[in-house]
Amino acid sequence: MKQYDSIIIGAGHNGLVCAAYLARDGQRVLVLEAAGAPGGLAANREFHPGFHASVAHSTSHFSKKIATDLNLAAHGLDKTANQMATIGLGANGEHVIVDRGALSGAGGDDNGAYQDYMRLMRRFADALKPSWMKTMPRIGGTGVSDLLTFAQMGLKIRGLGKKDMQEFMRIATLPMRDLMDENFDDELVKATLSWDGLIGAKMAPRSPNSAVLALLYRLAEDGNHSIPSGGVSGLINALAASATASGAEIRCDAIVDRVLINSNENGLVASGVQLADGEKIEASNVISAADPKTTFLNLVGVENLDIGFTNRVQRLRCDGYVAKLHLALNGLPGFTGLDKPDGRMIVAPAMDAIEFAFDHAKYGECPNNPVLEVVIPSMHGTSMAPDGQHVLSAHIMYVPYALKGGWTDAARDEMCDRAIDTIAQYAPGIREQIIQSEFLTPADLERDYRVTGGHWHHTEFATDQLLMMRPTYGAAQYNTPIPGLYLCSAGSHPGGDIVGAAGHNAAREVLR
Amino acid sequence: MTTTDPYAGERPKLTAFYPRAKELNIRDAWQVWNGYKFAECYYDGEYEYFCVRNTCGTYDICPMQKYKIKGRDAEAMLNRMVTRDVKKIGLNRVAYCVWCTDEGRMIDDGTIFKIADDNFMLTCGSPCTAWLRKAAFGFDDVTVTDVTDDIAALALQGPTSCATLKKMGLDGIDTAKPFDIQFFPFHGETLMVSRTGFTGDLGYELWIPTKLAIQMWDELYTAGEDYGIQPFGETATNMTRLEAGFIMPAMEFNEALRTVNLNHDQTPFELSLGWLVDFDKPHFSGRAALLEEKKRGPKYTLTKLDIEGNKPAEESYIYNDKRCKGKEVGYVTSAMWSPAVKANIALAMIKTEHLDDDLWAEIYYAKELRQYSRVARCTRKTKPFWTPPRARATPPADY
Repeated sequence: MKQYDSIIIGAGHNGLVCAAYLARDGQRVLVLEAAGAPGGLAANREFHPGFHASVAHSTSHFSKKIATDLNLAAHGLDKTANQMATIGLGANGEHVIVDRGALSGAGGDDNGAYQDYMRLMRRFADALKPSWMKTMPRIGGTGVSDLLTFAQMGLKIRGLGKKDMQEFMRIATLPMRDLMDENFDDELVKATLSWDGLIGAKMAPRSPNSAVLALLYRLAEDGNHSIPSGGVSGLINALAASATASGAEIRCDAIVDRVLINSNENGLVASGVQLADGEKIEASNVISAADPKTTFLNLVGVENLDIGFTNRVQRLRCDGYVAKLHLALNGLPGFTGLDKPDGRMIVAPAMDAIEFAFDHAKYGECPNNPVLEVVIPSMHGTSMAPDGQHVLSAHIMYVPYALKGGWTDAARDEMCDRAIDTIAQYAPGIREQIIQSEFLTPADLERDYRVTGGHWHHTEFATDQLLMMRPTYGAAQYNTPIPGLYLCSAGSHPGGDIVGAAGHNAAREVLR
Repeated sequence: MTTTDPYAGERPKLTAFYPRAKELNIRDAWQVWNGYKFAECYYDGEYEYFCVRNTCGTYDICPMQKYKIKGRDAEAMLNRMVTRDVKKIGLNRVAYCVWCTDEGRMIDDGTIFKIADDNFMLTCGSPCTAWLRKAAFGFDDVTVTDVTDDIAALALQGPTSCATLKKMGLDGIDTAKPFDIQFFPFHGETLMVSRTGFTGDLGYELWIPTKLAIQMWDELYTAGEDYGIQPFGETATNMTRLEAGFIMPAMEFNEALRTVNLNHDQTPFELSLGWLVDFDKPHFSGRAALLEEKKRGPKYTLTKLDIEGNKPAEESYIYNDKRCKGKEVGYVTSAMWSPAVKANIALAMIKTEHLDDDLWAEIYYAKELRQYSRVARCTRKTKPFWTPPRARATPPADY
């Protein structure tokens, strides 16, 4: 039996980042992936022969530090990946474009107001940025590093100056609706700019909570969305290549059934994993890139955890609200009013359109008029679809994980139809171009990708589940109540999206 | 014409034995426990105390919370909740247990009855449903049912208790050892009797389906007539339990889920219940915190004190110098003049580092509206104040 220093459960991007850092430090690392290939929600998915997509269809704030540290360029990451403009589609063929720091196409003073708005948001995003790559201090912790991190976070915010700091404190938990209303006039602009604060969360424009923080989190780098050539899985391939080059081993089709736990006079300690086929693999550290609920409730088991802690894990809000649509198209679709649909197109003509879609979902119903984000990845790389043909990839909001009455094939087909109908309002000829469609509800994502609730961020990115509360106190510094067991997924600080910070930070804690 | 009581939901609930208790409570001295009306005393607390110590008495424990915990995972679920090893409880045996928060602070104490490998009963002083639900989450095959209103429970305590039960027809009850459970057919149902209690004396607790509660009471009181049977209330219970050295919620400990201030609750080690914490058993809630507490040593230690003089040291501070000038080193939680021991006894929380100091209680007392104080020397006791051999003798002596 081979002994590893660290076993990482799950070869999503955070698992791979963590593996790469540990292997670079000289650890013997084994990554176990249940699926046939690494990547998790960013993995390539051939949904129709010759047509590829990934659930995560663009990147926007993947850590540049990680890309540099792990030398991803040398491992095949295309640095010249096409940046996409974000295009808000209006109901009558009009549109607004956000591209490289400028807003165009908006009515009134909004184009200019955008500059003032972004100057402030950029300051706030930059002040928060160092926090994303740090281990959060423990609540009540009085250790030097805890206090230092607190002090640094405070100084960064204080460094904004009194006026901006007050403004930051004022808007940090503001509903998107309020932030947009006080900055812009054009409904299409408001809906488009609020999108990145809302997508992936159980939150709508009128929800006070973490939407502004999510927006600032997503502005950590330059905020522009792009698709690496070969799709998002191109980034995965580079991460896997970097980890492997450093000596990490990646085993696919290896389903972890349990974390093996021994006990000694001090209590429990993680000692390895057991696979679904019964194979046991030992290691000094087990690092889970699976979501916190899966990790603790399924892989560890409540009998090995304290009752209060278990209750907090059980209460984590993990229901996903984003469905995924993939279309195989026999040609490039035409979008009314656009020369080329090569941007990230937001179909949400007004903030109320987003709110109303959410109203249905929060009561367990599908929205009559979904709001959605569309990209055509095959315009940005050559390998996504056969020549001359295209793939359309769309995030559909808000589609509830827990649909009233449960998900059936009929319910899925109906929601898929509604999503296509909505797109067809903006791309009138698209129905005739469809060769094949695939619709993945959050429940489908849960099943296919082993992520609780099919949630993008493994657990809701909300103020009570953020920072030193993510996923919950007692496990918010990547280590857990069980020595030797660590977390490194989107369910840990700082959170979801393809960033890699959780994997990066977890590796540092393992090596501490 | 019917009238409805606008305060119906606010009035104390009545226990299954209330129709009889009401007749016997000639002082109308009632309190409320867990929403149930129950007796502080029936005639006189001290009189009832002497009945329990010299003949036998009944104490209505219907308000005590009772939970049935059943299923293949019942044992594992309980074992992860309490600090004792539930696997070591024998069939038809009862074990005194405590359970703690993740931080090792005591939530409550109670008893676990093992009725079958997959059938347990848990009793405790306060409602525990929410914690039990949290504790059961994640176990596949376990159900937790609150049976507080389904089972009427009556404690029968005192030297003639066994004789009374034999007279009542419970053949073989004299073979029950302390913490044993026995079952007897009773008018088509089962009467469960455990040799348990809260008085430190020979005694039993009787568990009967509520519909037969009055029938059982009547047969018991008929059998006990010549054995001096008498109901006793909270006052007498508090006296007997203090002589036995048992802890009482809101006296010796605060339930951890109800305290607001940090460390206004207690750990089992502070309550001298470290013997209930088994670090060799499978994982249990609070283990890590309790291990740390054990290594570090508890800040306070619950201590039995024999105090000179005859003035109960109620609510006294304890000092380690006779002049009581320095900072106090502890506080009394319960105190009384013990008729059985003929001593001035108390339980006190003493700062562990001062356990071996000379200890002095600053006692305040009133005499005909005049306040007096005195300082009395305290002597630590390691054994319970009151441990009559009959409490453990099997079979108990006949009367």
